[in-house]
Amino acid sequence: MVARPGAELAPPPPGRQKPTRLRSGIRNAREDRVFYALDYVLLTFSFLIVIYPLIYIISSSFSDAHEVLTGRVWLLPINPNLEGYKAVFEYQDVWIGYGNSIFYTVFGTIYNVAMTMVVAYPLSRRDFVGRSPIMFLFTFTMFFHGGLIPTYLLIRSLGMIDTRAVLIIPWAIAVWNVIITRTYLQSTIPGELYEAARVDGASNTRMFWHIVLPLSGPIIAVITLFYAVNHWNTYFNALIYIRNDNLRPLQLILREILIQNSMNILDDMMADMTAEQLEQMTRREFLVALLQYSLIVVATVPVLVMYPFVQKHFIKGVMIGSLKG
Amino acid sequence: MRRPSTETSSALPQAAHTRPRLQWSKVTVNWELYLFAALPVIWLLLFMYVPMVGNVIAFKKFVPIKGMLGSDWVGLDHFVRFMRSFNFRNVMWNTFYINAYQLVAGFPVPIILALALHYCPALGYKKTVQMVTYAPHFISTVVMVGIINKVFQARIGLVSVALAKLGLPEPSFLGSPDWFAHLYVWTGIWQNMGWGTIIFLAALAGVDLELHEAARVDGATIWRRVWHIDLPGIMPTVIILLILQSGQMLSVGFEKIFLMQLPLNIRGSEVVETYVYRIGLVAATPNFSYAAAINLFRNVIAFFLLVAVNRISRRVTETSLW
Repeated sequence: MVARPGAELAPPPPGRQKPTRLRSGIRNAREDRVFYALDYVLLTFSFLIVIYPLIYIISSSFSDAHEVLTGRVWLLPINPNLEGYKAVFEYQDVWIGYGNSIFYTVFGTIYNVAMTMVVAYPLSRRDFVGRSPIMFLFTFTMFFHGGLIPTYLLIRSLGMIDTRAVLIIPWAIAVWNVIITRTYLQSTIPGELYEAARVDGASNTRMFWHIVLPLSGPIIAVITLFYAVNHWNTYFNALIYIRNDNLRPLQLILREILIQNSMNILDDMMADMTAEQLEQMTRREFLVALLQYSLIVVATVPVLVMYPFVQKHFIKGVMIGSLKG
Repeated sequence: MRRPSTETSSALPQAAHTRPRLQWSKVTVNWELYLFAALPVIWLLLFMYVPMVGNVIAFKKFVPIKGMLGSDWVGLDHFVRFMRSFNFRNVMWNTFYINAYQLVAGFPVPIILALALHYCPALGYKKTVQMVTYAPHFISTVVMVGIINKVFQARIGLVSVALAKLGLPEPSFLGSPDWFAHLYVWTGIWQNMGWGTIIFLAALAGVDLELHEAARVDGATIWRRVWHIDLPGIMPTVIILLILQSGQMLSVGFEKIFLMQLPLNIRGSEVVETYVYRIGLVAATPNFSYAAAINLFRNVIAFFLLVAVNRISRRVTETSLW
């Protein structure tokens, strides 16, 4: 498999650094230096290209609205102030959304993790008759799914539209997480352990509580994170299934403010506008733009603050997944 | 639809080879395990398989009052109508083009970045770059599109200001159909290139060190070792991911495309799923059957694409999903 790059060289001499190889050794060292130089260039480029837009957003959120809207902020904040953040904190809808998102994330994730564990456990048992067909039923949905319209019709006929449950109950399991949990359980808990427990008279339920759960700490951490981030970040199900303003998750409210540029405050203002309020109106418009930058920061903070501490769990999740692609 | 199913079930790893006959004692002794699996399986059948069956409305003229079973059959009418429709070519082309573009442009980037990280001698620097490049993966789609709108905003956005300073003309990034795919794909690469390296870094760490040692003794440069040792070493991982991604062909990125869509760029941004959403759920008189037919059309193509890619891969590289 490995081509021999040194084919044009003399056959390997017994000593390590023979004079005959010195010349090519120097050339190699130079080529390797070029490699490392390019390596650093590439890494630095990636680093800058990722971090720069983030810095720009953060700096803008702290800057004077006028400077932002005339495109003068490019690296550091100009006339730093907290106007944008003040506007965010005064904007009621954002906090309703925040509360709702916390609700969906906490209860949704608990439900997700419980459902995933109780199905991954039997599927990880080699003596579980029927595990192949059940596993197949699950994996098949990764590659072929019902689609938007039939799912919508089903959920509508179940009467779940505009309930909190609609963002939790129908999204119990991500098949990918079942796969990694099952793989983890199979490789962590040997079959002999179950056998020994059975000899000691433990039931399968007892084994779940006293063997499987205590040994699943790391994998529970991984899937909890995957599920929680997904709950926090998703908007589309809410867009389709939630009409009641008080049930909207944060992402839906963000969509209205960031993408559709519609704000209730502004609409209310415009309704009873007088000529002399024009200046105030312009000021408002500036404020809205600023609020958008601040909102991007505020909405992302919970995930990003958590991120450095839990990074290694996420990485572990991806790696377990790669064992059994 | 039959073939892949039999293939998969027979090739699932570690299937205990008790094929000849079912031993009921094995079933009864583990009866509790069936209770464990019961709720998730019921969930699966209800929320995943019922909608799959619900696709029959694609072959019916679905009228809510008559219900799914009572509505009249129309055969392939909806499919024919879609294929003849004015939007067919545009929607299918955009769906295919955006995904193919994403695969071709986006797939090599994490591999290259993973190699750069793998060979970086300064551990602290490597860690920092990893930390920063992984972070955008956790930004939500809504916020991501919000950032795109800010950075590429006309006149006052970061890019526009920079172009103006350089005296270059400023294209309308957000509002032009021609820019849509570029913007979509490259911001996606920006967001996910770091995260995508994880799996390749793991694969690179698994490459046999002795091969490297031997090559070094033989006088191979790093370039040659990367080319002849590392790349072949991670090839199975690369191929599995490639198959998986081509299986998702035609379906990924709906949430983001939907948010980036504007009336101005609709010619370049309308894909199957946004179109289905529009005619199935948003339209004043939603046409469920027609929308379901379009989605089913896409799903079936995507599924057979996956099967085909998998089969080609198994023949050529002996790596496959099942």
